Amino acid sequence: MIMEFLIAILIGLLYASGLYMMLRRSLVKLIIGLILLGNGANLLIFLLGRITKGKPPIIPEESKVFLDAYADPVPQALILTAIVISFGLQSFAIVLIKRAYKVVKTDDIDKMNSTDEFS
Amino acid sequence: MIQHIVLYPIIIQLLLAILMLFSWRSISVQKVISVTGSIFSLLIAVWLFTTVWNNGTLTVQSGNWEAPFGITFVADTFAATLVLLTGISGLAVSVFSVGTILKARLKFGFLPVLHFLLLGINGAFLTGDIFNLFVWFEIIIISSFVLITLGGEKKQLEGAVKYFTLNIFASVIFLTAVAVLYGLTGSLNMADLSLKIAAIENRGLVEITAILFLVGFGIKAAIFPLYFWLPASYHTPPPAVSAVFGGLLTKVGVYALIRVFTLIFVGDVFLENIILVIAGLTLFTGAIGALVQNNIAKMFSYLIICHIGYMILGLGLYTEAAIAGAIFYLIHDIIVKTNLFMVSGLIYRIKGTFSMRDLGGIYAKYPLLSLLMIIPFFSLVGIPPLSGFWPKLALISESFKIENYWLIAAVLFGTFITMFVIARMWADVFWKEGVKLPRLQNFRYFDILKIEKKIQIVAPIVFLALISLYIGFGAENIQQLSLRVGNELMNNQFYIEAVLGK
Repeated sequence: MIMEFLIAILIGLLYASGLYMMLRRSLVKLIIGLILLGNGANLLIFLLGRITKGKPPIIPEESKVFLDAYADPVPQALILTAIVISFGLQSFAIVLIKRAYKVVKTDDIDKMNSTDEFS
Repeated sequence: MIQHIVLYPIIIQLLLAILMLFSWRSISVQKVISVTGSIFSLLIAVWLFTTVWNNGTLTVQSGNWEAPFGITFVADTFAATLVLLTGISGLAVSVFSVGTILKARLKFGFLPVLHFLLLGINGAFLTGDIFNLFVWFEIIIISSFVLITLGGEKKQLEGAVKYFTLNIFASVIFLTAVAVLYGLTGSLNMADLSLKIAAIENRGLVEITAILFLVGFGIKAAIFPLYFWLPASYHTPPPAVSAVFGGLLTKVGVYALIRVFTLIFVGDVFLENIILVIAGLTLFTGAIGALVQNNIAKMFSYLIICHIGYMILGLGLYTEAAIAGAIFYLIHDIIVKTNLFMVSGLIYRIKGTFSMRDLGGIYAKYPLLSLLMIIPFFSLVGIPPLSGFWPKLALISESFKIENYWLIAAVLFGTFITMFVIARMWADVFWKEGVKLPRLQNFRYFDILKIEKKIQIVAPIVFLALISLYIGFGAENIQQLSLRVGNELMNNQFYIEAVLGK
């Protein structure tokens, strides 16, 4: 139970700091915020799939069904998928902000407003 | 094994993209593969649609894992209709891209990425698994990131920063919602979720999950107040990209909203009221935004937002006729918005600018083309008997039934402003005496293009205009289709039975 509680706090911290970083004006902090948010979401899946210690989802040789509670493997598959996807997106995002910094010549998001202006 | 048709629209787009990657160096081969492949995928979509229309919902359990344990692909009438529309507008955009996208961009894999995008869109429509829907969404956004940034102009990169931030943020919220949903039910299959969510005692938690979905999909669908990324980014890439984004991407968000709120979270009065308020405000703010724009592509971006309101309104009213109205609007909107951005591309080719102040005199120079372009404009406004008129009829009459006059006012306001901005744009761009603009260097104007290029630009517009005319004049058939979809969505036991086989 204490483990769940700690992970819940950790997830809250990750979401909060991720959102805080996204609201800053620097492009780099924006990406870091998105990464933190993504990690928070991954941990949330892990937590909500129930944490079961030391019970692998393997049926013992002599029986045909599970005799005991077992760790759900589905959330881990989900997290694995989500990690791979967010890895791809984040690497794209990092290259994008590098390009954007080179072309727009600022990393202040508030100054990136030429597409919103009237033309 | 007739049900395997469900997978074909996904597989063909994947094959096309891979084939094009193998012919990376030869752009002319890529062009041929893209156009012929799009014709094939349209034919497959027609095949899927007629099969579903005649035989009812088709399902495939991937890897033969029985539902709800494996990933299910489902083609009900709603999904099959949208795959058909994706086929139609995918073909138009493919031809238009071949005609208008610069060679430098084609060299960096524009066409394969376009087909990866269509792959993601088809997958999102056909999947019956909520986590799989997330994966298709990610395929869509990563391809759209490439399309929006390819070329690397300053405005494109600025638009892309906003676009990718909000889209990744929406994905994280969607993922959070999936996590909570899995924690609540231990299932990911949408049909199974529908049964399990209905049985949960703690309605507060269900409501919060539903709101997470509303926000996550709402950002993608560009509803009020989550749409600000759209007008900041949709006008920055080339018109061919804007066309596929404006026609299909926001509609995937609308599809997901309609699917989730008719299948999983049903019968929640509180949420329906929220959706109604959002719909009214989306109509209102989108229309006001369109009113002040001078750049035609930006004006069309605001019109996208405004018209999302109609579909959300149909969902919020939550009666069979209203959902049918929303579906009718969706069908009309995919075709007409794709066409609208292609028309803006044609105008740009003719004059070299998007600014209404500088444009003018197109009617005097190209009377026939102007008459062609008036078809999507009039359809958009909904001048009877063209296509935008019929769904509004259903939405207004359903709003009268619940005696919510604010909604009727919002619908009429949205329609009126659309008519006003289109009329003003027509007067400015087509009738006004043209300003003498200095000819840009190295810009390939429409009048100096080769005849085959001209055909590649005009043919997709003609194609979609004809489809728009059919939707307007054959409204009876489309209405029949939308009523059937509305009926299927409101009675979700059909969907559940088809998936779980009970």
